[in-house]
Amino acid sequence: MAKQWFKRDEKEKKSLLSDKIFKFAAAAAGAYVLAVILIIVLQLGIESMPIWEEEGIGFITGTDWNPVPGRESFGAFPYILGTLITSAIALAIGFPLSIGIAMLVMIIPKKIGQPLGYLVELIEAVPSVVFGLWGLFVFRIYFRDLVEKPLHDMFGDSIFLFGGTPFGLDIMTASIILAIMIIPTISSISREVMMAVPQQQREAAYMLGSTTFEMFRMAIFPYSKTGLLGASMLGLGRAVGETMAVTMLIGNTTGLRAIPQSLFDSSQTMPSIIANEFIEASPVSLHPAALVGIGLILLAVGLSINVAAHFLVARMVKVNEGPIH
Amino acid sequence: MSTVMTDRSATITTIDKPQTRYKMRTENINIYYGKTHAVQDLTLAFPEKSVTALIGPSGCGKTTYLRCLNRMHDMTPDAKVEGRVLLDGADLYDKRIDPIYHRRKVGMVFQKPNPFPTMSIYDNVVAGVKLNGVRNKDILDEIVEDCLNMAYLWEEVKDILKKPAMELSGGQQQRLCIARALAIQPEVLLMDEPASALDPIATQKIEETIEELKKDYCIIIVTHNMQQAVRCSDYTGFMYLGKLVEHGKTKQVFERPVDKLTAKYVQGQFG
Repeated sequence: MAKQWFKRDEKEKKSLLSDKIFKFAAAAAGAYVLAVILIIVLQLGIESMPIWEEEGIGFITGTDWNPVPGRESFGAFPYILGTLITSAIALAIGFPLSIGIAMLVMIIPKKIGQPLGYLVELIEAVPSVVFGLWGLFVFRIYFRDLVEKPLHDMFGDSIFLFGGTPFGLDIMTASIILAIMIIPTISSISREVMMAVPQQQREAAYMLGSTTFEMFRMAIFPYSKTGLLGASMLGLGRAVGETMAVTMLIGNTTGLRAIPQSLFDSSQTMPSIIANEFIEASPVSLHPAALVGIGLILLAVGLSINVAAHFLVARMVKVNEGPIH
Repeated sequence: MSTVMTDRSATITTIDKPQTRYKMRTENINIYYGKTHAVQDLTLAFPEKSVTALIGPSGCGKTTYLRCLNRMHDMTPDAKVEGRVLLDGADLYDKRIDPIYHRRKVGMVFQKPNPFPTMSIYDNVVAGVKLNGVRNKDILDEIVEDCLNMAYLWEEVKDILKKPAMELSGGQQQRLCIARALAIQPEVLLMDEPASALDPIATQKIEETIEELKKDYCIIIVTHNMQQAVRCSDYTGFMYLGKLVEHGKTKQVFERPVDKLTAKYVQGQFG
């Protein structure tokens, strides 16, 4: 009989117990997350009940916003619209820039690329209120004078997008600041995703005589598109929920006027109207319930972006199936 | 080592008839990875319409050397290549030469099959051709059929051309990669242990492919498998610790090696 290094039975008992503890701990952690989400949804639902009873589905489709006692009327549609428009523009500007930054960091020598990557990620550390301040006192002025006014003068009459009178507190400035804020998220994740493409794939493209961009198009983008989509969804999620900087820049109009007619019109997003009005909402009126109701809609939009991203990613993974070498 | 050097230069000049045309030759190639001197002072010539096998134990620098013939080291951050690689007399490491243009003349097949996973079989074959601006569907169809035929794959895939390349077996994928390399009409074909991940039948098919391709191409193949070198090469170079120890006609290298080290290696006494 060979030498015995350990007693098999003891080891087995021990590992069985520790495995049980581990499973329980994991289940508890999972349940905790679910419970928190459920409690938040429930709480938001209960608190906003009065507004749903009063306005019904009209709370989502309505455009009135009047907190004056006796003439109360609330509709969240303009703010839903404002959120979707600003986030979409921010993504449209931020996504290509982020991919461009990620590609640059990948192709330049590591000694320059790595610090540059860190630098871009540092943007993430800038508090959103600081972005708001900078946007309000610096960026807005230059952007209004150097971009918005010329555009308005040249195309104001012909293209409705540039029709509004430039003031600087509008959809466009808020969206650009949002774009800057979501760039670090998207570019750092997409860089990781693209770095993960096997070297053999890149070499296959180079072997065929591709230029660097053709190599990206041929080998890297198709291989990593799932991850790139995930990165953009995370950025979108951040843009939808971003509050402070947007509140400081979007002009904060309410009611019908919050539905923008052009890129240079003031508007309002769901987070910004909550941030603007929660402090003055009279507890005996419907006003707090309306704000909580908007919070509930915001949560629903955020969740549906995540769920949509999940399904898209799952479908793409299916398309890509097969052993990858 | 000086005897080895003279031996080698002697073989290069004497093994062939004077009229042999060399497609590609390298002069005093040195390759460094950081401080590691991976390939040392390698001078070698490859006749056209022939197969040259590079053999040697793991880590002897065969693959490193092969990759420098296609300027693949450009992408390795700390690799440095010195010396000259001449393709039809033009130096590939000349600063005025564009590596992209050059790579279109030298095809390469890698150790692991690496088709583009999101593309169909068809699209994989024409990926390189499309880079050259060919869009005409009839021409593309013809290229696909020709190249898959040359790679001995056409019969197996002609009805599933639109299916993803990843549905093929490993051996089929490797032949697809050969077809993809052939589609850009290279003048030289580099193969880095193309059959090392394959079963005997797939290996045999690849060797048949090489036999057929040799009629038109200059092929340089790195292999661990000495039988393979014997079966499908005309010339053999034996490398050891970054140096070329012996080079000559395959028959001579395996049957009457000049160098003792070569003799030991081809007899399987180390490796």
